Amino acid sequence: MKRASLWRTVRLGVSSLLLHKLRSALTTLGVLFGTSSVIAMLAIGEGASEKAQAEIRLLGSQNVILRSVKPREDFASNQQTRVNSYGLTDSDYERVSATFPGVGRVVPVREIYEEVRRGSRAMNPRVLACPPVYRDVTGRQVLEGRWITDQDERGIANVCVLSDEVARYLFPVEAPLGQTVKVGADYYTVVGTLMPRTRQRSDAPGAGEQTQAEVFIPLETGRKWYGNLQVKMRSGSREMEEVELHEVVIEVDQPDSVPTVAAAAREMLSRYHTQKDYEVVVPLEQLLLAEKTKRIFNLVLGSIASISLLVGGIGIMNVMLATVTERTREIGIRRALGAKRRHIVTQFLVETVVLSVGGGLLGVALGLIVPLIVEHFADMPTVITPSAPILAFLISAGVGVVFGIYPAWRAANMDPVEALRHE
Amino acid sequence: MADTHSGEIVAELEHVSRVYRMGSAEVRALDDFSFVFKRGEYWAVMGSSGSGKSTLLNILGCLDRPSEGQYRVRGTPTSQLDDDALSDVRSRELGFVFQSYNLIPQLDVLENILVPLFYQDDPPADGEQRARRLADRVGLGKRLEHRPTELSGGQQQRVAIARALVNDPALILADEATGNLDSQTALEILALFDELHAEGKTIVLVTHEPDVAARAERVLRLKDGKIESVYENRKVQA
Ligand SMILES: Nc1ncnc2c1ncn2[C@@H]1O[C@H](COP(=O)(O)OP(=O)(O)OP(=O)(O)O)[C@@H](O)[C@H]1O
Ligand SMILES: [Mg+2]
Repeated sequence: MKRASLWRTVRLGVSSLLLHKLRSALTTLGVLFGTSSVIAMLAIGEGASEKAQAEIRLLGSQNVILRSVKPREDFASNQQTRVNSYGLTDSDYERVSATFPGVGRVVPVREIYEEVRRGSRAMNPRVLACPPVYRDVTGRQVLEGRWITDQDERGIANVCVLSDEVARYLFPVEAPLGQTVKVGADYYTVVGTLMPRTRQRSDAPGAGEQTQAEVFIPLETGRKWYGNLQVKMRSGSREMEEVELHEVVIEVDQPDSVPTVAAAAREMLSRYHTQKDYEVVVPLEQLLLAEKTKRIFNLVLGSIASISLLVGGIGIMNVMLATVTERTREIGIRRALGAKRRHIVTQFLVETVVLSVGGGLLGVALGLIVPLIVEHFADMPTVITPSAPILAFLISAGVGVVFGIYPAWRAANMDPVEALRHE
Repeated sequence: MADTHSGEIVAELEHVSRVYRMGSAEVRALDDFSFVFKRGEYWAVMGSSGSGKSTLLNILGCLDRPSEGQYRVRGTPTSQLDDDALSDVRSRELGFVFQSYNLIPQLDVLENILVPLFYQDDPPADGEQRARRLADRVGLGKRLEHRPTELSGGQQQRVAIARALVNDPALILADEATGNLDSQTALEILALFDELHAEGKTIVLVTHEPDVAARAERVLRLKDGKIESVYENRKVQA
């Protein structure tokens, strides 16, 4: 009976609200925007921090990465020489490893612009020539076989390690270990494969272009067979590029020293490079940046959300007070026919909660769409955790209760005789 | 007539006063008023405007409390009842019929009739059946889904009467129930009251019109919150 009567009260509330459709709809707007801001806030904040974490996972939180970046096209010089000479140099690498304080291992990396083939299957992964220590510093893990060894380096061995994606593509059937693949014109024996590094949906494609298709060969092998001068096919035309090192990964001793090392690297590079043909990637900075973005978003959207909810709540209260006055006579009738104070309280409270929860539900719907739009147009990753809509919904219901209590109390405490005489 | 129950006291007022204070002025809407309403009686309450008729009805209906004196409903002293208990008395023992019908606009005919049961702590299981039967009885059995605005005044008052009967009340209170109706419709409503009286219901009907009062069994005339006269109508029909 109790449940049936609550249900009837809800139905009555809905039908009372439907008597004034426009008014009810307008009243819910505040709560609608409030709840959708709550969801958007959580989604964007969560997205920013997940992106940062993914970044860290890929690059290592204690690393500072120097990368060669092709400077902006200078048509005049380009046309004459047809060779682009830029990027990090071996001297950069030596300066870092010899003079930087607080630095652990420093890893030079070359990238080789060659196609990788196996029989009729071909692909264009990043082919990286790196010393054995690269694996440790970047946290890659061997799935099968082994990683590049010092012996490979010394012997300038034609061996390679494939990332999971490459292994799967080139060896759909057989086991890759011990087989050979062709990198450019040379044959390499596969000695190991790596564990997949799951790429999150939210991983930004822009951040340093970390493709998962990677092939690793010993650094010395790379130096020997592929000189500094490489031909790069680019939109149909050939381009000569001269780059000594494509990447230098610096492992920092302590997390605290990361900013110092990053600053020193920036200082050093700007002194020795006449043009901006490098970038310094600091995952920790990205994390801090993401945290800051998250905080700012939380602050902005949190204020919008609380103001909307407050204004929405006051709006609802205002409308309910008007409704109570408007329906004074109905209250008198109900009291005369036996309604207790709590019946009247329930009736108006239910009506307020229906209003705010209605706004809340629409707000949840809008709040689920907004992050998609943000992701699409602002290129910011968003993550909607299941708790966000639930939280937003509960907040909207809470707003209804908080701002509904006073009008309901007013209604319930009217004198029945006065109320019946009203109009 | 329902002689089986005659003599049982439904409502009893003992030295009841209702005093309104407006600044230093004091209005005694009811003044040391004592009276007894017994089961099966049909009273018309008359008196000039401001004589205290509505005040009396409000106290009988547990909508208002005496300033002084004691009011008992079926033996229960109301001064000891709190707001919830008074509401209980209204939903179980009383039926109201108002001058302006006072139906709830959002509800249809059937729902309006059911309102008093809705507020009972344990309403009868056959409430809806009873409501339908009452709607039939007042001639609105085919309009159950209509909203009050779709009904004429007379029809609305019929719904109100059905609503006043749905909880099988000990006392039916009507304040100028025919005041808003044309004479033909008023007669139809009065015929309904006659029927209820014949069934043994206890009715107190406030009215200004001697014609209406003449339909009742007894007349109570008020003046300045006191009893001016009490008399019995001689009925032509038995
Ligand atoms: N809320 C109130 N405050 C002050 N005085 C009141 C109040 N209600 C009623 N009165 C006074 O009490 C007296 C009796 O009022 P009541 O409404 O009972 O008269 P009535 O007999 O029903 O009159 P009518 O025939 O006009 O309906 C009147 O003098 C009225 O002014
Ligand atoms: Mg009156």
